[in-house]
Amino acid sequence: MKKSGLKFILAAVAGAVFVSGLSGCTKTSSQADASTVKVGLLHSLTGAMAISEKSVRDAEVLAIEEINAAGGVFGKKIEYVEEDGASEPSTFATKAEKLINSDKVATVFGCWTSSSRKAVKPVFEEYGALLWYPVQYEGMESSPNIIYTGAAPNQQIVPAIEYLIEKGYKKFFLLGSDYVFPRTANMIISAQVKASGLEIVGEEYASMDQTDFAAIISKIEAAKPDVIINTLNGTGNVSFFKQMAEKNHSSDDYMTMSFSIAEEEVATIGADILKGHMVCWNYYQTTDTERNKAFVKAYKEKFGENRVTSDPAEAAYDAVYLWKAACEKANSFEVNKVLEAIKSGGISFDAPEGKVEINGENHHLAKTVRIGVVDAGGLINEVYATPKPVEPDPYLKTYDWAVAAGVQPLE
Amino acid sequence: MAQFINTLFNALSLSSIILLTSLGLAVTFGLMRVINMAHGEFVMLGAYTTYAVQNLFSAVFPKSIQPLYYFAAIPAAFAAAFALGSLLEFLVISRLYKRVVDSLLATWGISLILQQAARSIFGTQGVNVTAPPFLQGGISIGGCTFSYNRIFIMVLVGICLFAVYLVMYKSGFGKQMRAVMQNRAMAQCMGINSRMVDNVTFAIGSGLAGIAGCSVALLGSVDSTVGQNYIVNAFMAVVLGGVGKLLGTVLGSSIIGSASIFAENYTSSSIAKAIVLLIVIVFLQKRPQGFFVIKNRSLDE
Repeated sequence: MKKSGLKFILAAVAGAVFVSGLSGCTKTSSQADASTVKVGLLHSLTGAMAISEKSVRDAEVLAIEEINAAGGVFGKKIEYVEEDGASEPSTFATKAEKLINSDKVATVFGCWTSSSRKAVKPVFEEYGALLWYPVQYEGMESSPNIIYTGAAPNQQIVPAIEYLIEKGYKKFFLLGSDYVFPRTANMIISAQVKASGLEIVGEEYASMDQTDFAAIISKIEAAKPDVIINTLNGTGNVSFFKQMAEKNHSSDDYMTMSFSIAEEEVATIGADILKGHMVCWNYYQTTDTERNKAFVKAYKEKFGENRVTSDPAEAAYDAVYLWKAACEKANSFEVNKVLEAIKSGGISFDAPEGKVEINGENHHLAKTVRIGVVDAGGLINEVYATPKPVEPDPYLKTYDWAVAAGVQPLE
Repeated sequence: MAQFINTLFNALSLSSIILLTSLGLAVTFGLMRVINMAHGEFVMLGAYTTYAVQNLFSAVFPKSIQPLYYFAAIPAAFAAAFALGSLLEFLVISRLYKRVVDSLLATWGISLILQQAARSIFGTQGVNVTAPPFLQGGISIGGCTFSYNRIFIMVLVGICLFAVYLVMYKSGFGKQMRAVMQNRAMAQCMGINSRMVDNVTFAIGSGLAGIAGCSVALLGSVDSTVGQNYIVNAFMAVVLGGVGKLLGTVLGSSIIGSASIFAENYTSSSIAKAIVLLIVIVFLQKRPQGFFVIKNRSLDE
């Protein structure tokens, strides 16, 4: 509907004008010279995803500035070129090409939604460039040109469902935004739930700009689930939870387990509404490590006392340091050499979430999984954590039920 | 039965939200024929005004009065959108009457500017508007829950509709307004200040969008793109109802709202959108000018 009539024609004409106008005002931290190395930041600073991606972008800037203050990467200061993906996969692809081709960046940190990652993946593969992707996602991917610093499904979705099954939840309702991450995640969850002999009582998808959830909520009420598995992304979460609250529903009668709600989103939705609901990530602002205390302090000092850190922000922060470690091991900024260094293994970083290490084979990180509950103050408190980091398995090859159900990539 | 009543309530509620967001458009687009792409941004302005008033109240007033912020926010949202609408009409729109494509492009540009302004002032993160306690939750009757907030929006849209009716059909200004819209030259000959009428009419339409923003702030996220989510439905409701007729907009909103809810109940949300669009297209094939057509004597329409 959004692309109906006038607006669509208009968007086509003016969009072209607008985009070409924008590229003129790219932000660069300083002029390039031999003593610096250029990297690209590619996130949505406008549109539906801006609400989430801003924190990731800020964490990357923080890491870059910390590294520069500590002397840079073997003596070279990092300078960043920033582009706006505008929540539009095609824009992401265009801007990725610009960063690689015109700006000649050494690497790019970017994307949030899987649709944007899928849009830039062929660009990075074609140019042999390197992308650091900082968000948990649906898995089923392992590009030679992408390092995934967020969780693979077996480090977030699968353990969360295992936890719910163990806690005695029997009827599951799947709710998500209508794009690749929720659809793949729900395919995995369906296979897992059915293999345990339990029931999926409903599955619904909302478009990214949906504002009215009344019909979906009545379907949930009719299905009477024990728990709602929520993979909504962006502004849909705010509408959904506000409209659940106005129907007098809370975590007491409809428990939810969310995979895209971190501290930032809690602040926008309202802690009073989200109180008691569950989420699953690898990191929370409250995660108790020395490194995290320093990270939270630096983040708040730079961006304001009311800002909160979150899992994707932390993963983005780790990405910059891991890239530095890989470059230092390779003793070069060249993508081929950096990728070789990563392949040889042992690239690790003592991150706020605990030690993370890149798996040289599948380009994902070994990470600890943490289930959390939102408290009245808007923070998330850990209620369960895996005893040690879980090795990444993006294709779920080590899970019998996934192999039996033939879980495979959706393109 | 409870299921059906619930669906009916949801349909009524969505219709009233669409009507509230399209009421202003019924004035600016319906009466004045200005395709105002920035209409959604007036909704956004209303939503942010609500947020500002909420913060002002929590900073200045004691806790007991704070929940009343919402009653202050409605006139404030109207006033803010009215003022911006008047300014916009004076600076831009007034120079582009009768130039449909130009005003369409200009208002789209304005829409982008206003969105960016909101981002610069309030940040890219959405802000949290909390419903006052008396609008939180809902009343449960026999298995159905009717949310106070949605009931309030229905009442609010009723009041707005009645007020617009009074202004348009019962006041002296309304008479002038209709005269200018129907036959500008003749109205001017009769001594009506048509510039003033244009300006105030556009500002009223914008102000109504501000009130809509005030109520949608309680239903979802308040960020720079909030207006964009409502504008397409608003245009569809006005076109479907027949440009220039208030009752048409009411009918148009009801059809789109009910069709969305009923279709979504039996299918999925994306199919429901397609069904609604199909209904609109088929209907406009049969009646290209919408439900109601204003009869006039000019040959160019």
